[in-house]
Amino acid sequence: MTYDVVVIGAGLAGLTAALRLAEEGLRVLVVAKGVGGTHLAPATIDVLGYADGRVESPARALPEFVAAHPEHPYRRVPVGLIRASLEWFAERLGGLGYRGGLEENVLLPTAVGVAKPTALVPRTMAAGDLRAGGRFVFVGLRGFKDFYPGYLAENVARSEVPGGASVSARALELGPPLGGEVDVSSAGLARRFEQAEFRDLVVRELEQRLAPGEIVGFPAVLGFRHAQEVWQELETRLRHPVFEVPTLPPSVGGIRVFESLTAALRRNGARVVVGSSVSGSEHRGKTLEGVVTQTAARPRMYRARSFVLASGGFASGGLQMDSYGRVRETAFDLPLAGLPAPDGQRFEPGYFDEQPIAGVGLAVDDALRPVDAAGAPAFENLHAAGATLAGATPWREASGNGISLATGYAAASAILERTS
Amino acid sequence: MTELVRDSLDHCVKCTICETFCPFSQATPLFPGPKYVGPQAERYRAGTSSPDVSVDYCSGCGICTRVCPQGVKIAEINSRARAGLWEERGIPLRNQLIARPSVLGRLGTPVAPLANWTLRNRPLRWVGERLLGVHRHAPLPRFARRTFQRWAKRHVSPAAERTVVYFHACGTNYYEPAVGRMTVEVLEHNGFHVVIPPQDCCGLPLQSNGNFPAARAYVRRLAARLAPYARDGCAIVTNSTSCGLMLKREAQEILDVEDEDVRVVSEAMFDLCEFLLLLHEHGELRTDFRPLPLTVPYHAPCQQQSHGIGKPALDLFALIPQLEAIELDADCCGVAGTYGLKKEKYEISMAVGERLFDEVREAEPDLAACDSETCRWQIEHGSSIQAVHPVELLHRAYGFGEP
Repeated sequence: MTYDVVVIGAGLAGLTAALRLAEEGLRVLVVAKGVGGTHLAPATIDVLGYADGRVESPARALPEFVAAHPEHPYRRVPVGLIRASLEWFAERLGGLGYRGGLEENVLLPTAVGVAKPTALVPRTMAAGDLRAGGRFVFVGLRGFKDFYPGYLAENVARSEVPGGASVSARALELGPPLGGEVDVSSAGLARRFEQAEFRDLVVRELEQRLAPGEIVGFPAVLGFRHAQEVWQELETRLRHPVFEVPTLPPSVGGIRVFESLTAALRRNGARVVVGSSVSGSEHRGKTLEGVVTQTAARPRMYRARSFVLASGGFASGGLQMDSYGRVRETAFDLPLAGLPAPDGQRFEPGYFDEQPIAGVGLAVDDALRPVDAAGAPAFENLHAAGATLAGATPWREASGNGISLATGYAAASAILERTS
Repeated sequence: MTELVRDSLDHCVKCTICETFCPFSQATPLFPGPKYVGPQAERYRAGTSSPDVSVDYCSGCGICTRVCPQGVKIAEINSRARAGLWEERGIPLRNQLIARPSVLGRLGTPVAPLANWTLRNRPLRWVGERLLGVHRHAPLPRFARRTFQRWAKRHVSPAAERTVVYFHACGTNYYEPAVGRMTVEVLEHNGFHVVIPPQDCCGLPLQSNGNFPAARAYVRRLAARLAPYARDGCAIVTNSTSCGLMLKREAQEILDVEDEDVRVVSEAMFDLCEFLLLLHEHGELRTDFRPLPLTVPYHAPCQQQSHGIGKPALDLFALIPQLEAIELDADCCGVAGTYGLKKEKYEISMAVGERLFDEVREAEPDLAACDSETCRWQIEHGSSIQAVHPVELLHRAYGFGEP
């Protein structure tokens, strides 16, 4: 069986590329070693949060940012295409009610209460925008270890928001029964929030403890498939604006994104094989003809006309460094860019410093095809997207999901263009 | 192999992705999740058993291993821990019984009418629950009046250029011989001479019930039967997807069997749909399918998904005119072989399967399709919709009558 496209990786970049291609009627296969970053990253799409200081409008900041960072993945994606990817995403995940866009960032509190600029946010998080100021109350749930409302509130209260709007914040804790369990994960709580009785208990305990006008922040655990209904019900019954704050992993908001995208893939006839990593490939000259995955008993070849590599960076195994400091791209052993010199510094001592090793990845051409040092594509039909790309520092730029979405979308566009 | 599996836990970064996918920890607080009982609890197991019995509530479905982005063999670690637990505590009689399908089959098929009446008699099932701990509502199959092997002995497979060996496993032999006949007819239709060697249980139910020594003996015996064909270069094909996985990988990765016969059989083993799709990729599958105007929701069982071969049944269905196959979202039916039969686990198993049952019913289908026998019985039990092996649809579309 020959596919039109094989996508390697099931994170946001891979799923985006796959869905966009499947929607165009292409036969698409996604193969992935495991489930990707959706389950770890918050559900917001951060396009560009920080350049020289906080970014208020990614649309305005991007041209200058790209000029200053010629190796950055955004260099290969025109602003118009980034905008199109956001619109496409918001429309495809209509059930999650994404809002916002490239024109202005909103400021949402992170799990530790930092006001983080982000471009596209799900409806259930939108009321957390700190820009207009307000009185916030953060709701902890006893037994949920991955959320610290006191710490969060203290940090939020110190937020500096543009225009000097006043932000105040406090924390409170609820103790709804957890069915005999001492502690629960975010996913466990999300399942409980889908039960009417549990919501009743939460609402009844909470409603007397709110002051008029307060904006209520819950950890992002307000259900999975029924999150919109859960959130709506809480707003209606509490008569306060309600929003979700990202938690430590697992990210319930991200799981909603994963489930929506994979369900859309199934509806569009794409195939998803999780649990199989790519261990080899076949090519003729500069044309990649197939990738080999390991099944339970033997290698399996999948042939296709085009390929998308979206296997992630170091955290996902798309890139690997051995104990001698040698870095390789694991699927095709592609040439890497941004490598620190052999005797150069790979790491800086400060965790949040600009880490030299972090810029390592694939350099690509305008069709997002990995290229060698001379700028020639490794294969004429292999495109790359997401965290495998060189030149970004997503945790400093607040750009991770934005890069994945935009490059996944752009890789699909390049394939559609090349094969049409 | 022990080292490879156990050392994989060093790759665990505690991302908890496995926990979000585990269908069983979602359904019961008695199972705290694959990461807790696996990579975390494993640290307390050096030379001793598990800190508590929670690992017994793992069904062994393997979803955790599949979704792990770091390649940790979570389900395998947990299966071994479960066996360690039962080795210390002694395996209950019930688990010893229900883990021996070929023994039950040899007892049941000669007296099939009586056995089937007994298994469907409410007071007796109640007694069975009290005495044995098999839940009175658990979906038990019906014994066939004649085993598949009896049919196979009289069947003369036409000579052909290519030979394939058929591993039908216990479910086909004692409960669903018709599926075996359809498999043989579909393979013969595609130009194969089908060899059906005598065969016993692969040991999988014993493995999942923690009796590793007995499971190893079974799988070695079976592999010894099949290995000569594999050495002759024959493919071995099975319609029992979980037993196929046992021979492909689990005997080596979970039971730690290092055996030349097991190794060659592993390399020759194909899931039936995997095999047929590969034929199609080589342009060798007959596609003289008649239209089947049916709506069929398809559930790929957990064990089938662990083969790492995708969902070949869907690609085969796509070759049948007018067949509308619906790929279901739910991951697991909950039964996990013998797990859902147990008195203390039946309710959990039904809770796990609820989403799948709903999806099957919502499709308003003519029938449902699924590669695993125990999952089919569970789907029928939970949704009241008939569930068939994919080969049954191929068989129909080829225009064969009732087998």
